[in-house]
Amino acid sequence: MNSTATLSSGNRTASSGDALDLVLRIGLLPILMAIVIVGTSLMSPYFLGWMNIVNILRMASFLAIIACGQALVIIAGGFDLSVGAVVALASVVTAKAMAAAASAIGGPDIVAIVIGIGAGLGSGLAVGLFNGICVSRLKVSGFVVTLGTMSATAGIGLLLTNGIPVYGMPKAFVQAIGRSQFLGFPLAIYIALAVILVMVFVQRRTLFGRYVYAIGGNLDAAVVSGVSIRPHLVGTYVVSGGLAALVGILLTALVGSGQASLGGDAMMLQSIAAAVIGGVSLRGGIGRVEIVAVAALFLTILGNALNLLHIDSRIQPIFLGLIMVLAVALDEFSRRRTSRV
Amino acid sequence: MTSADITRTTTPNTAEPLLVLSGVTKRFPGVLALDGVDLDVKAGELHVLFGENGAGKSTLINVIAGTFPPTSGSFRFGGEEMSELTPHEARAIGISPVFQEFSLVPSLTVEENLFLGREKSAAGVLDAGGMRKRARELIGELGFDLYPKARVDSLDRAHQQMAEIAKALLGNVKLLILDEPTASLTERETGRLFELIAKLKTDGVGIIYVSHRMREIRALADRVTVLRDGRHIKTLDAATVTDGELVELMTGRKIDVLFPTIAHDPGETAIEVHDLSTADGLVKGVDFVARAGEITGIAGLVGCGKSELVRAIYGIAPIASGSVALRGKLLDRLDPRTSLRRGVAYFPANRGVEGLALSRPIRENVSMAALDLSRYQRGGVIRRAAERALIGPIMETLKLRPPNIERAVGDLSGGNRQKVMLGRAMARDLDIFLFDEPSVGIDVGAKVEVYEFIKRLVEQGAAVVVVSSELPEVLALSNRLYVMHHGRIAALLEGAAKTEQNVLSSFFEEESREKAA
Repeated sequence: MNSTATLSSGNRTASSGDALDLVLRIGLLPILMAIVIVGTSLMSPYFLGWMNIVNILRMASFLAIIACGQALVIIAGGFDLSVGAVVALASVVTAKAMAAAASAIGGPDIVAIVIGIGAGLGSGLAVGLFNGICVSRLKVSGFVVTLGTMSATAGIGLLLTNGIPVYGMPKAFVQAIGRSQFLGFPLAIYIALAVILVMVFVQRRTLFGRYVYAIGGNLDAAVVSGVSIRPHLVGTYVVSGGLAALVGILLTALVGSGQASLGGDAMMLQSIAAAVIGGVSLRGGIGRVEIVAVAALFLTILGNALNLLHIDSRIQPIFLGLIMVLAVALDEFSRRRTSRV
Repeated sequence: MTSADITRTTTPNTAEPLLVLSGVTKRFPGVLALDGVDLDVKAGELHVLFGENGAGKSTLINVIAGTFPPTSGSFRFGGEEMSELTPHEARAIGISPVFQEFSLVPSLTVEENLFLGREKSAAGVLDAGGMRKRARELIGELGFDLYPKARVDSLDRAHQQMAEIAKALLGNVKLLILDEPTASLTERETGRLFELIAKLKTDGVGIIYVSHRMREIRALADRVTVLRDGRHIKTLDAATVTDGELVELMTGRKIDVLFPTIAHDPGETAIEVHDLSTADGLVKGVDFVARAGEITGIAGLVGCGKSELVRAIYGIAPIASGSVALRGKLLDRLDPRTSLRRGVAYFPANRGVEGLALSRPIRENVSMAALDLSRYQRGGVIRRAAERALIGPIMETLKLRPPNIERAVGDLSGGNRQKVMLGRAMARDLDIFLFDEPSVGIDVGAKVEVYEFIKRLVEQGAAVVVVSSELPEVLALSNRLYVMHHGRIAALLEGAAKTEQNVLSSFFEEESREKAA
């Protein structure tokens, strides 16, 4: 009798441990996401409407693309604060170049569109290259370098436009890239999926991805192992800058004009939040872009849900902040539970 | 040394030992780290904990130091039952641990670290003068060559170790825990530490001492407790137990000889260094030759430049002047990447800092230095199946336990981490191997495996250079032995001349020559 009593109490503690283990194993993210989706769909009839779902997926795509680049930089042990400003710069540069090319050439729209997109992507890659070179050559921390380029990039964007939206892009650009749909979903979603798939491949299957993990995991060990550090560090910032520019171009096509107010600090902070909630370690060396993409989707759903539930927009950042801290705390907790053998 | 400086209370009650653990169990998820361990330490006794890596020594001392509570069992200290002990409280009641992983803040000075958390102050204002005076006194007493105002990150490992020991002895110590304290100390500093230990014992301090070094156990221990697989195997009187007995109890099997007999067969010159000086000035005008088919040893005190010499050859430490030739070919540039391509491997002394990416799995750490080879990748795309198929067998031959190459390296013990390093060298074809302190921080069983690994390399015709502060190790392994002193080669010993006596005397000759000059 006595022994059965101890047995059952032993079982109970084991099962509560199992529940915790389960949370630690599948992570907080799917659980939170399920709670938000179920909760909001019960409270708001619009939430699961087709329009809203498409809207969520589109906004999540933008965030996921940027967060993929951000994650790569953070995994290598860096930080990219300039992504939001690059979105704005790429938007302005794309619109200006496309409008100028359209009026100068006057030929088929496709030429102007390609020139515009090339210029926009180029501006993002250039900022990324500058970031990467400063970090790897001058040995200034990524945080400081990108803080500087964030300010400078945003300044250039404003200088180019004086804060006035840039119009004059070919209609075909807006129709083909911004508004076109494929099987009922906007193009941006397919682009984001492609970016995520490519990044997953890069992380898992390429030398570049592996070396980024190694550099972030232990820089000195990577040096001793003969890994060339500079090109890989520069590469992470270039990828991040390029992806941010891509989002800038997609947003430009969506709104139909080049604007220095796109992206901005909010997008930068959200990209970092998505990376962290998606399990990227700020110490470097750990993180997977597919989970970061899910985190980006979660953040977008959360924002959408809070809007639909008419929660004061001033209160919304508080939720985001608390969830971020919770995610990082859980990550630390699970790290500490693992022991050496 | 005055006992007023290292203050402690007299033992109140001699009826019960200072520390009594009975049936202490510690369970981590999936691992039973301690399984009903008993241990008692008397005041004034030095009690050695002996066991392989992973035997539970670290867990046990962490429980005693209050880092985490035991899952079950009783823990009595000074006649009182301890429960919910925190590291802070443990220090306050006189339990003072010195861990292998230092508890020093790198960006603070030595004296700031000594007083960290127990600063002398009046009304919130630090008593800087008082603390400086006390720090000077303590360091003076200990006889350490340590400058109190130096920043900890500017110190080498040996001096950081001294700072750590000094920190543990500041205050009211009743039970001192030392985890391999001599791993990075020189002979002289070790001697000082032993004198200090003897003094502490006569003052009634109980000491728990973790070490793999038989000589230290012989010199210091009153009793030895052997742990294996988290269980208490036996507690023995140090005066009557033999070395063989201890090792057998520890490993559960017989190990006859620590150092293997190696057949050296010197061939062509593999490394030829001429008049090499490093940019940091730690190596000055060194000529050095290593040949294929033999082990070339480099002995010397901590800071003599022996590590820097091999680091310069590998291309990590920048050189100021001189030349390095590999297999008769003069090198125009030295960096790790080209060194690896030319077949040179380097095993850093500090595996955690320079060797391994702790957050990454074993597989990635092993293949890290070989991924440029076409058998691991094609056009920048990693061939994962091939990688797994190549790394798995390598770790199998190295007897990785448990044999799971997807585990994060951070979860591994010292011996297993060294195996990951060895595996990395096997992941590509190399024939020149530079070992910097190959047996630091690993247990006897793992040491034997490392030595066997080196033996295999040499007998397959590789050139091996072993840099070591452990004299018996370099003496036993090397065919030719360079002795370095203050950045220069003090002697090259071969054959019958290769004795401990000659190594030590070449230090002193060099010392007197320097003084004369």
